[in-house]
Amino acid sequence: MPEQGGVSPNVENMDALRKRLVIVPAFNEENSIGQVVEDILGSGLGLDVVVIDDGSQDRTGEIARTHGARVIKLPFNLGIGGAVQTGLKFAFRHGYDVAIQIDGDGQHVPSEIPHLLTPLLRREADVTIGSRYLGAHHYRTPFMRRLGMIVISAVNSLLIGQRITDNTSGFRAFNRRAIEFLSNHYPIDYPEPEAVVILGRNGFRLKESAVKMRQRLAGESSINSLGAVYYMVKVLLAILIDVFKTYPKAG
Amino acid sequence: MSIRIQIFAVCGSLAISFFIFELIRKRKMLEKYSLLWFGAAVVLIVLSLWRDLLEKAAAFLGVYYAPSALFIIAAFFAMMMFLHFTVVISRLSEQNKNLAQEVGILHEELRSLRQHSGQAE
Repeated sequence: MPEQGGVSPNVENMDALRKRLVIVPAFNEENSIGQVVEDILGSGLGLDVVVIDDGSQDRTGEIARTHGARVIKLPFNLGIGGAVQTGLKFAFRHGYDVAIQIDGDGQHVPSEIPHLLTPLLRREADVTIGSRYLGAHHYRTPFMRRLGMIVISAVNSLLIGQRITDNTSGFRAFNRRAIEFLSNHYPIDYPEPEAVVILGRNGFRLKESAVKMRQRLAGESSINSLGAVYYMVKVLLAILIDVFKTYPKAG
Repeated sequence: MSIRIQIFAVCGSLAISFFIFELIRKRKMLEKYSLLWFGAAVVLIVLSLWRDLLEKAAAFLGVYYAPSALFIIAAFFAMMMFLHFTVVISRLSEQNKNLAQEVGILHEELRSLRQHSGQAE
């Protein structure tokens, strides 16, 4: 049997963080998922791929499987937070040292994964966030949405004492400690910005790496421009409540 | 408090109690979720029967017309129940989410196991 859930991986592998899983949450992404899986498997980084098919009505799951990914088909749509958490639970049980979260719509470029891995391999961080806005970037964001992100960034930075420029980025890498924590406490409402606050306030070291992201071609962002302000208010409320939540396994 | 409103109040509270009892008897409601309902019904029955107590409760609340106090108390119980339901629903959706995740993970592990043992799915 090549793999057994929960059985301890051997110690040498732990040191090199060699067991690496890429988690691809996907909801109706049959047009892009095949290429994403292929790019990840062909990256030469020794990555396993699990696609979390979040109740898609199209052939997302089947296509991902024929391209060589393991596929976890959720019985119904849980939303991005529930999907990513499924992948983290899977990663934890199967003894992965590193989990990388990447979107299934082709917005994130798998060749950028090394930028996320490096801080983890150097033990400089527990979680790396791929940022569109760090360094010289050419990523265009509609004005209102950008404004909302700046406010969220300012609030988050105040709450965790560290500047995070791209709080809504879904391109991230987690070490085993973060995988374990998040598989128990992954936020569901606004998972990306909330996870930043929860991780930061529970003693996890975060680090941002500049990554290139593709401009979204097809599909709608989950945040449309009209709703940007409303989204910002809801996120801020959720974040402020997160600050008062306690976590049994904190730290 | 007029005798008429008292009759309505008592009949209403009794009807609710009976209805709750029937729901539990037919196993359409779990006992643990019925406690608040029964509590509310009992308090309302007591207050409708025992005029003095209702007058005192109304005076304490600063309500001039005693039967209005019944509404306030009923509304309070209604609020408590809504809160209770929200807590129950939140717990259920958390459990539901965890179950969905388990089903998904187990299904994939089973498929993988079958494949490795050479069986067709």
